[in-house]
Amino acid sequence: MIANLWRKLVAPIDGPLMAIAGLLLLIALVTLASASPERVMTLLAHVAVALTVMRIVAQIPPQRLMHLALPMFLLGIVLLVAVAFFGDISKGARRWLNLGFMRIQPSELLKIAMPLMLAWYFQKHEATLRLRDYAVAALLLLIPVALIARQPDLGTAILVFSAGFFVIFFAGLPWKVIIGLGAAGLAAAPFAWGHLHDYQRGRILTLFDPERDPLGKGFHIIQSTIAIGSGGILGKGWGQGTQAQLEFIPERHTDFIFAVYSEEFGLLGNIILLVLYALLVGRGLMIAANAATLFARLVAGAVTLIFFTYAFVNMGMVSGILPVVGVPLPLVSYGGTALVTLFSGIGILMSIHKNRMLVQK
Amino acid sequence: MEFKNPQEELGRFRHRLAFAGGFVLVCFALLLARFVWLQVIQHDYYQTRAEDNRISLVPVVPNRGLIVDRNGVVLARNYSAYTLEITPSKVKNLEEVIDELAKILDIQPKDRKRFHKLLTESKNFESMPIRTRLSDVEVATFIANRYRFPGVDIKARLFRQYPFAAFASHMLGYIGRINDRDLEKIEEREVEDNYRGTEHFGKTGLEQHYEFELHGTTGFEQVEVDAGGRAVRTLARTAPVAGNNLALTIDAKLQEIAEKAFGDRKGALVAIEPTTGGILALVSVPNYDPNLFVDGIDSQSWRDLNDSPDKPMVNRALNGTYPPGSTFKPFMALGALTLGKRRPEQVIADPGFFNFGGHIFMDDKKGGHGPVDMYKSIVQSCNTYYYMLASDMGIDNMASFMGSIGLGSRTGVDIDGESEGVLPSPAWKKKRFKKPEQQKWYAGETISIGIGQGYNAYTPIQLAQAIATLANNGVMFRPHLVKHITDTRSGKQTPVEPHPVKTLPWKQEHIDVIKNAMVGVNKEGTGARAFAGAEYASGGKTGTAQVYSLKGGQYKKDSVKKELRDHSLFIAFAPAEQPTIALAVLVENGGFGAQAAAPIARQVFDYYLLGKVPKSAAPADEAAVGEEQ
Repeated sequence: MIANLWRKLVAPIDGPLMAIAGLLLLIALVTLASASPERVMTLLAHVAVALTVMRIVAQIPPQRLMHLALPMFLLGIVLLVAVAFFGDISKGARRWLNLGFMRIQPSELLKIAMPLMLAWYFQKHEATLRLRDYAVAALLLLIPVALIARQPDLGTAILVFSAGFFVIFFAGLPWKVIIGLGAAGLAAAPFAWGHLHDYQRGRILTLFDPERDPLGKGFHIIQSTIAIGSGGILGKGWGQGTQAQLEFIPERHTDFIFAVYSEEFGLLGNIILLVLYALLVGRGLMIAANAATLFARLVAGAVTLIFFTYAFVNMGMVSGILPVVGVPLPLVSYGGTALVTLFSGIGILMSIHKNRMLVQK
Repeated sequence: MEFKNPQEELGRFRHRLAFAGGFVLVCFALLLARFVWLQVIQHDYYQTRAEDNRISLVPVVPNRGLIVDRNGVVLARNYSAYTLEITPSKVKNLEEVIDELAKILDIQPKDRKRFHKLLTESKNFESMPIRTRLSDVEVATFIANRYRFPGVDIKARLFRQYPFAAFASHMLGYIGRINDRDLEKIEEREVEDNYRGTEHFGKTGLEQHYEFELHGTTGFEQVEVDAGGRAVRTLARTAPVAGNNLALTIDAKLQEIAEKAFGDRKGALVAIEPTTGGILALVSVPNYDPNLFVDGIDSQSWRDLNDSPDKPMVNRALNGTYPPGSTFKPFMALGALTLGKRRPEQVIADPGFFNFGGHIFMDDKKGGHGPVDMYKSIVQSCNTYYYMLASDMGIDNMASFMGSIGLGSRTGVDIDGESEGVLPSPAWKKKRFKKPEQQKWYAGETISIGIGQGYNAYTPIQLAQAIATLANNGVMFRPHLVKHITDTRSGKQTPVEPHPVKTLPWKQEHIDVIKNAMVGVNKEGTGARAFAGAEYASGGKTGTAQVYSLKGGQYKKDSVKKELRDHSLFIAFAPAEQPTIALAVLVENGGFGAQAAAPIARQVFDYYLLGKVPKSAAPADEAAVGEEQ
């Protein structure tokens, strides 16, 4: 009876994906217990909620998801516009919408809604796909990205943009166009520089020369690279990272948790983490390759690469090769919203995998 | 409408997936390379930086060495006092906190100024004093209010103290806050690390000369600090080692008697143990209180000291240069004997003047001293005898003999900044003056130099060294103040020489002639009144240094302003047979040597040889009318 119930409960869950995510959660737990032990109980609560959401999403077949795509996207746009007009300001950015009983960050919704929306659009025009459709998709993508970038929230804007771009890429955007746009983007970089906020420019300058402002903008990067470098091959040991324990690492339970992990577990720990992310991406791409419909394929590919983007941007910025943007380390950084979003993504992958044969018949 | 092949589409999609997978691997490889760079190749560098972040070395300042006299009387010590200290990193608004503190404690604008000066100089996790030397009441007041002042605390710190205040101050010197010049010295010796945390430095006197002996070795506390600079725990502690103690050759009681003997007169006295060169008393009056300088002297006291016409800051014993007057004569006589220019029994006739090429040099005594031999020339201080002698010896002989007993060169005493004085000679004149007509040496100048006047200018310590050398039969020592240096940890005493600097090639019979004549001075000559009734035999010689040139006029004491009155000098040794003390005394504007300087020497000898403590300052003997200059 209980065994039956359990079988039903885990039926839509993909073993390999769950195992990888579980190991990443374990790393999150262990690292948080060192960086900020008082938050461990809250993390467990977040995990419980996120896993529940994953299980529910995994249950939803891709066709249902496809129907949700447009409403979710429109809701997201409306909320973003609302934020632009009525949003709460915190730390100089207008990102939050106060609903009275809770504050929500609508840009988070777009991380999922964006790929769903574009995949839905391509699915709809599957038979008659032309260059014009890619232009429409690009427009659909740029509206929310622009709204988010204006808040300003460069990190989320980058994530939403890449989620959408991955869909367009997998939908077969010709290489000529990709290369052409890339070249145009490079050419426009000086112009874009003029439109960045001062703090954003500062972050980019700091990347190239952290010692430029060692106690100000450069402090984060200097301290996190010191933490990583001093970790060495085997690390200083759990709870033994002086950079972390003596509070030299900023934001050490959220965006910079990788510095804590890397200081205490060293290069060996980093390799384990990279392997886990690589496995996660590999499993995701495999699911995409075997997905039943264009919609499912595009969504699975994009969601998978989202994980990669999170991981690469976060580790890149913490180790000082990318500018500092607010991107967490997926499944490891503390933060309930991000965790729920990421596990929704995993749920979607699981659902697509479960339903890979059904529609094909 | 274009027909699409689903199979072809899927194939293209899978290609793109493979491309994406490859891209992911390349990016991860990039990250891995970055990690290898940071964690393997650059690991040592980042390890060091992490340690630098974490560990702060907090210096623990050592106790400064004590200065004690030859009998162990403490002349400079440390005492612990409470200071009110603020740790800036723990305080949000410094000004507000100081304003609040000022409501319960006395905080002056100068305290604030000093605090802000300290603030700009140090790291903000060190606590710094806003008030020093709190009284017990103030300590209690603060403790009752401590809860209101996080980041403010009371600490015990050591302060330098000179317990006898205005006493032997030119010898002891003082310490003060480290300035740029002191920092240069510290850097020159490459002891910056040892001076971390040290706030004071020897500025003058023994405190200056023996700074690096007295300072000690700074201890260190390795403290783990967090990003906010707060100390988390102490990792290791190296205890400081207190500075070495100085034991002086000085006898504090003798010093006190010598200082008091001057009364309110200005002058200097240097008493030396002839057989070692150890200085028994080194007086320069007026004195000042060295305690004023320890925590920064206030501008009013500084002005008072500097603007005083009595110049209390000048160390007259080492930096005052005076013509020796007739105290020069015994050395002239010894030179004549050594060079074979006179025999002791050789008699000259003194008509009361000396005619040198038509220029008349007057004797003090009207009508002259009559027939004068060497003994009489010293006992009665006959000028004519020495005018003639100077003429016979010549300036170069005189200069080389006087130079051999240390006149006109630094003695090397263990206090910095000693003056050289002037040993006149044609060569000196050439160097001293620029114009050719000034550089020329006039034969007449030789004559007045023969009686210790003219360009002659020596420091009291040079005269003391000279008389000590004579008393010690030509064996010369370097005058010194420190007898031994004691390592406070091991108790090991390192004695400061005495090794003779040199032994002068004098015949004992010649030395005895001079000593005998000097004993005569105190028995029946110009020093007889001052030494009347002494229970020991002593040798001496009075001298008077001209401040004001009379140009042939008659010197009348009362008609000359006090600042222009002659300086009174006296050199002496005792007991005559086996001298244990030799000294030079100078009283500025004291008149004749017999009047002011000799009675001071008498008090010093009486105490040193007999233990007699005088009731009052040495009285000026107004009745002693000297026949000498």
